[in-house]
Amino acid sequence: MNKIVLRGRKVVGGCAEGEALVTKDTISGWGGVNPIQGVVTERRHELRGKSFKGKVLVFPGAKGSSGWSITFHVARLAGAAPAAMIFNDMTTKIALGAVVIHSPAVTGLDRDPLEVIETGDWVKVDADRGVVEVTKQEKEGE
Amino acid sequence: MKLTDDEKAMLDGKEGTAVRKAMELLIRYGEALGAERLVDTNNVCGTSGGSTPFLRQFAAKVGSMDAVFSEFNLDSAEAVEIPPVKAFSCHLIQSMDPAHWEIQGVEPEVYELNSRSQLFSARIGLQLMNTCAPYLVGNVPVKGEHCAWMESSAVVYCNSVLGGRANTEGRESVGAAMLTGKIPYWGYHIDENRLGTHLVNVEMDVESVMDWGLLGYYAGEIVQERIPVLQGVRGIPNLEKLKHCGAAAASSGGVELYHIVGITPEAHTTEMAFGGKKSEATLKYGKAEQKEAYRNLNSAEDENVDFVVLGCPHYSLRQLWEVCKLLEGKRVRKDVSLWIFTPRALKDVADRNGYTEVISRAGGFLMTDTCPALGQVRPKNARIAATDSAKQAHYLPAILGLQTWFGSQRDCIEAALSGTWRGELR
Repeated sequence: MNKIVLRGRKVVGGCAEGEALVTKDTISGWGGVNPIQGVVTERRHELRGKSFKGKVLVFPGAKGSSGWSITFHVARLAGAAPAAMIFNDMTTKIALGAVVIHSPAVTGLDRDPLEVIETGDWVKVDADRGVVEVTKQEKEGE
Repeated sequence: MKLTDDEKAMLDGKEGTAVRKAMELLIRYGEALGAERLVDTNNVCGTSGGSTPFLRQFAAKVGSMDAVFSEFNLDSAEAVEIPPVKAFSCHLIQSMDPAHWEIQGVEPEVYELNSRSQLFSARIGLQLMNTCAPYLVGNVPVKGEHCAWMESSAVVYCNSVLGGRANTEGRESVGAAMLTGKIPYWGYHIDENRLGTHLVNVEMDVESVMDWGLLGYYAGEIVQERIPVLQGVRGIPNLEKLKHCGAAAASSGGVELYHIVGITPEAHTTEMAFGGKKSEATLKYGKAEQKEAYRNLNSAEDENVDFVVLGCPHYSLRQLWEVCKLLEGKRVRKDVSLWIFTPRALKDVADRNGYTEVISRAGGFLMTDTCPALGQVRPKNARIAATDSAKQAHYLPAILGLQTWFGSQRDCIEAALSGTWRGELR
């Protein structure tokens, strides 16, 4: 099996695994997702209509309104939060959001997770050690 | 993180459980950021209470307002009693206008929850400004002042136009800041993080409020969370233009600080804006870029407008004065709703000026405390919206599912009077 290991820094501790949902678009919290359903709703977003509930969300970072953290805070209470988060760009929105989601989160990986991880890959995030283990999805014909 | 003695005392519970929880949250948050310490702040803008959409079903479940504040402002599932705030704290925009909640389609139990939220907020000492634009009603930070503000359009105004120092905080971090007078010393609190990253050569005349919104929307989409330096702007923009520019840039992207060479306080020159660093990329803003921003903002196809929204961020007195000149003696079409939003404190002036009467005689409403995107309030059966706000045009399709036209204040008023969208990029 094709496994890739990435190393970075803990944002929020813990360990979780799940299927990756990857986007190169930054995510708007308030006004960009429906937190009760865990679905992206922003009009011109790559993930519009897609659910991040229980997924390992891999994305560049947060944008938009200061309602980012409260939106994902509500998603956690609704049981619709991502299982873990992997992101590149640190901002107050994403840091506070990660803290109140309570799911493990990492950043500053030694390789760009947006290049290495694809939607559908199985990803294990051990945030306390800053380790991300990616099992590539088997593709037909391989 | 390195803590001072007073911070350690708060963490040890010397000021009670709520303050301890606030300090714990600030430390978790600061460590997530990679901050080395906290900084004192005596200027907090945030939100509390439980009546905003999505939140209200949980707020109704957890019961007391102390419990709501514990969960949603301190990230504490355990309900603790909330003491009076330690820092000067202003309440931002709310979920409804208490004077117009019925036509806004708000349910009575949500209205009641909002009233309880207001009483609670007053009890803990919040200033009930209830606006997204606190700088319109007396909270005007001084250059260098450390602030803990929510509301992306207010943060970008504070940083860029006033030279105050703020990151875009969230509801939980401002809750903690209210009770402790502390916020992580990170990001835009620190000198070197305030330098420009992207040079934007403005190659056309940017004059009207609409022009400024388009420029902000374009720059924000390209630079995302970075710091654009607008060079080549002729003339001096006013408060309303910069209010619109920042709100737009914080919607298409996550801009929290921009510089305008020769105009904003940290950019007397291009060199000063970049602090000797090189620009990471140089963009151009001309007719083609303006057209692209305009196209991206217009999500509507149907020209039959039935909902006109003005006042995002909340209208200033100058904008109310201007809109009243367009509305005087006119009549909004029967099947169109015209809703104009301003801070409650300015509505008091508008009442005295006769503006409220001009608007209502024309068939429109002057509303306060909320906006359609934030409160998810709208006229019954509204389908096609028109607005002069790039921010509102950005959010309305995703939040309320409304097709939305974007244009000038005049375009919007003409649509309100005729029921037909005739706006275009002139």
